[in-house]
Amino acid sequence: MQLQSLDRVNNYFETNALRIADAKEKGNKVVGIYCIYAPAEIILAADAICVSLCGTKQDSIPAAESVLPRTLCPLIKSSYGFLVNDSCPYLAASDLVIGETTCDGKKKMFEIMAADKNLFVMHLPYDQASEMALTSWQEQFHLLVARLEQDLSARITREKLLAAIAVVRRERQALKRVFDSAKHKPAPVTGMQLLELAFKTSFLPDKEEGISLLNAVADELETRIKTGQSPFTDQTPRIILTGVPTGMGSHKVVALLEECGASVVCIDNCVGYKKTRIAIDAAPDASQDEIIAALAKRYLAIPCSVMTPNPNRFATLKELALDFAADAVVDLSWQGCHTYNVEARAVKEFVNTELGLPCLRLESDYSTGDSEQLRTRIEAFLEMLPGKK
Amino acid sequence: MITAGIDIGSVAAKAVLFDHDTGRVLARRSQPSGYDHAETVRDLLAATATKAGIESGTITALGATGYGRMAAKNTPAFTGKSAARVVSEIRCHAKGAHFLCPEVNAVIDIGGQDSKAIRLDAQGEVADFVMNDKCAAGTGRFLLMAATILEMDLPSFSQAAASGEAIAINSMCAVFAESEIVSLIARRVRREHIAAGIIESIAQRAASLARRLDTRGLFAFSGGLATSQTMANRLAAALGGKLTVPEQPQFCGALGAALLAAEGQ
Ligand code: SF4
Ligand code: SF4
Repeated sequence: MQLQSLDRVNNYFETNALRIADAKEKGNKVVGIYCIYAPAEIILAADAICVSLCGTKQDSIPAAESVLPRTLCPLIKSSYGFLVNDSCPYLAASDLVIGETTCDGKKKMFEIMAADKNLFVMHLPYDQASEMALTSWQEQFHLLVARLEQDLSARITREKLLAAIAVVRRERQALKRVFDSAKHKPAPVTGMQLLELAFKTSFLPDKEEGISLLNAVADELETRIKTGQSPFTDQTPRIILTGVPTGMGSHKVVALLEECGASVVCIDNCVGYKKTRIAIDAAPDASQDEIIAALAKRYLAIPCSVMTPNPNRFATLKELALDFAADAVVDLSWQGCHTYNVEARAVKEFVNTELGLPCLRLESDYSTGDSEQLRTRIEAFLEMLPGKK
Repeated sequence: MITAGIDIGSVAAKAVLFDHDTGRVLARRSQPSGYDHAETVRDLLAATATKAGIESGTITALGATGYGRMAAKNTPAFTGKSAARVVSEIRCHAKGAHFLCPEVNAVIDIGGQDSKAIRLDAQGEVADFVMNDKCAAGTGRFLLMAATILEMDLPSFSQAAASGEAIAINSMCAVFAESEIVSLIARRVRREHIAAGIIESIAQRAASLARRLDTRGLFAFSGGLATSQTMANRLAAALGGKLTVPEQPQFCGALGAALLAAEGQ
């Protein structure tokens, strides 16, 4: 089922790298991030364009393996490979790269990357509850402000921060509107379409443009719901995909799930729904320090498996399973991702016992070599769902 | 009503003809999966019908499973009838094992490129399952590779292993295990010890897969490797004795496919 508004996003995206190049020509600065723990609001407040550099392509992995161990997570290898090959326009355009010390593989990769890129390492604490963790994370935010101001000759003010918070909030709301359309049964949109949209809109230099593109998609989807159009039926099994980030190039499992007859209604990862849940509250009369504190607090609460313990992941899953009327959960880990792989056991148990839903855990990488093996698992899993026998 | 089930695995293709009126298997046959799966399906169907002494036209429905299952979907041998019913091998093994051994609560199948442990519900349907990760270690392919290096076929490998003392094979990866075996041979370790070591390592892997299922019940051991008495003994030991091997275990998946083909007819 074609979506005109999505075609518009695709067309717009085709020339996006040029748009970034133009903006740079005009003197705009670009800041690349690898992870959603990096606060987009502060980057925007420095008048910079914020782009995601998280590697989602198999192409760049062989080059990375000349430097990094083969057993490392494909996301890290893909990200680094783009530097080796100089094949990512967004990485090339980045005046500053933010490296968040999320997992061991990434932080050691950043050490190597620092030789070639202007890199700011953000030290992420691993716990979300202690005062010490919050204080140190706040300090990282202040250091980021200072570094952005220095490297980009920018001036970050209270007003700019408030304006950035407002823009980012509207962007996340627009994305959430799109995602939430899939709460309707049957969903008016495929999981692959949601993935493609979320992925492509994470590189757009002009936030307002992005927001209007996203809202147009949401409008079209809401019309579809009203007129009863859907690529699925009421019987199509509704799946929540949780776990590691998935983008275009690392979309294999989403595509396979839908080829095998499921509807991926919610993508509970950092390219998908997780982003939309970061809502920042800052009073209009808040001081700059208060704003930074509010940002740090909210960002630290992001549920990622690098946190220990990671209670928000489970609380979120519970909420999403209800909101999206899910029939089952699929938990994806990349090979070499220890945190998601180890957490998979607890996720499965939680989904089975607390949510009363079947859970399939999958481990894969970016290559297509295991597609048929994955297909077998997915088909068997879908056959297993009640009412599908 | 007579239905056929076909299981095209990564190594062998198996077919079963089942008579639903008498509740009995009419014939079983297997052959290498080969390169052209559609041709394999045609040959197998014809040969199995001949073996059973029936006209292939009397087969009402076809169920297909295994890696080559899509090839069977619209096989010309079946034109004029409804397309084959395609079902995952997990469900087929569960169905076949439940039919042959209704007392089991779970199934272990060690296939050519996948091992699986399946938990059954009271109706013999799949309640949960786990499979090996991407690597071939702990699968039938792993054993075949070792047997080839040792210049043995499965029966002689299994027999040799019965008299051997399991030597530890430590590699987690099939490719590294291969060089481990080569270096054992170079150290003149007797091949029955190596064979026993391979079987032990597969049994341990399958048992740890089974433990992830969280079931304390009785397992059926299905698939081609279950025809090896040594394999079954070692796996039973690894599981604490709760294992039974159904009759002709290598045909379990095909039988399940034949049983499922009848549904909705
Ligand atoms: S999964 Fe964790 S480390 Fe990866 S982008 Fe998300 S928050 Fe960052
Ligand atoms: S998927 Fe896991 S290993 Fe890979 S970058 Fe993210 S947290 Fe690190």
